[in-house]
Amino acid sequence: MYSTKYVKPNSTTEALEAIKSLGDGKFLAGGMTLIPTLKQRLASPDGLVDLSGCKLDSIAEEGETLKIGAMARHVSVAESAVVKKVIPALAKLADGIGDRQVRNRGTIGGSVANNDPSACYPSAVLALKATIHTNNRSIAADDFFTGMFETALEDDEIIESISFSKPTKANYVKFPNPASRYAMVGVFVAQFGDEVRVAVTGAGEGGVFRHQEMESVLSSNFSADSLSSVNIDSDGLISDLHASAEYRANLIKEMTKRAVV
Amino acid sequence: MGEISLKLNGELETRDVADNTLLVDFIREHVGLTGTHVGCDTSQCGACVIHLDGVSVKACTILAKQAVGADITTIEGLADGDELHPMQEAFHENHGLQCGFCTPGMVMSAVEMVNKNKDISEDEIREGLEGNICRCTGYHNIVQSVKAGAAKMGGKN
Repeated sequence: MYSTKYVKPNSTTEALEAIKSLGDGKFLAGGMTLIPTLKQRLASPDGLVDLSGCKLDSIAEEGETLKIGAMARHVSVAESAVVKKVIPALAKLADGIGDRQVRNRGTIGGSVANNDPSACYPSAVLALKATIHTNNRSIAADDFFTGMFETALEDDEIIESISFSKPTKANYVKFPNPASRYAMVGVFVAQFGDEVRVAVTGAGEGGVFRHQEMESVLSSNFSADSLSSVNIDSDGLISDLHASAEYRANLIKEMTKRAVV
Repeated sequence: MGEISLKLNGELETRDVADNTLLVDFIREHVGLTGTHVGCDTSQCGACVIHLDGVSVKACTILAKQAVGADITTIEGLADGDELHPMQEAFHENHGLQCGFCTPGMVMSAVEMVNKNKDISEDEIREGLEGNICRCTGYHNIVQSVKAGAAKMGGKN
């Protein structure tokens, strides 16, 4: 790891001041991606601003939404009684990320800000019509993810919390890479009355995306059988040593069918 | 650089470390407790698992400075004097190791998962050990050891 500076502020205001005082600083959340990235010398920030002292880890039901602090760790979301009651699919998703040591450290805000194309959380954010609250604005999920590892966040912007809309019904099913547990394909299906949203992770070259055709088919007939006629285009899907684009296209349909119960 | 004090197995250890010092290097190189191993150094293998406030984490993927204020337990801190922790006893009795390199991490993960779930099932043990890799592939006896350890720790399965 290149030499770097470490600071741990006690509030987002202090964190913003700290990042401004650095030339090329990075915010550190759980560190489950950032620390390995630094160790491989794939990044060389001149400083790390640890957000774990900023009190951003609360989880609460707020009216028609479930609000989760950006620094809530995966284990906290997976075990939260409120999450299990309001959106059990989200608890299930958190419980399937990485391994238990990753879940003990990794955070929802870190995962969403990083927007790894194979991360689980972005699919929930997109399917559950979430709003990303930062230190200076609120961003709708549909406007947030702008490409692989890219988001609408500015360099000196901190995610403080994420509000998920309460669905009528929701489910997440993923086909995990057997070694890393990252999603080779993960599908989050959320039903809001007559509206159905289907978000796919692990498959798109541009990161997480919604599948409009499956959404419209499921909106008129919410059943796995209704998906049989849908053709999943492999254009724009990831092809790598783990799976070809065509294989992923098939997985998208299969995981969606399994998610519709 | 900067001086930090970490509470390691109940003792306050004060050292001057660089900001990019990993917790596992603080434990092994600065304090000299070499029971915590570094297998892969890429967050995959789990040989470096320790407890941070009772929670299992991979010490190769956290900076020493991130652990300031936490209660850290390493494999050396599990036994009570000469008396092994029940999970260590179980690994001994069930031959839950071959070369032994992954064992410290296996034991630390096992203790945490059983502390959280005394009546743990075999499936839950296997799922709970996903972050620990045994290159000898000796998983059978490791899983048997965790089961036996859970029973010693008061579990009913």
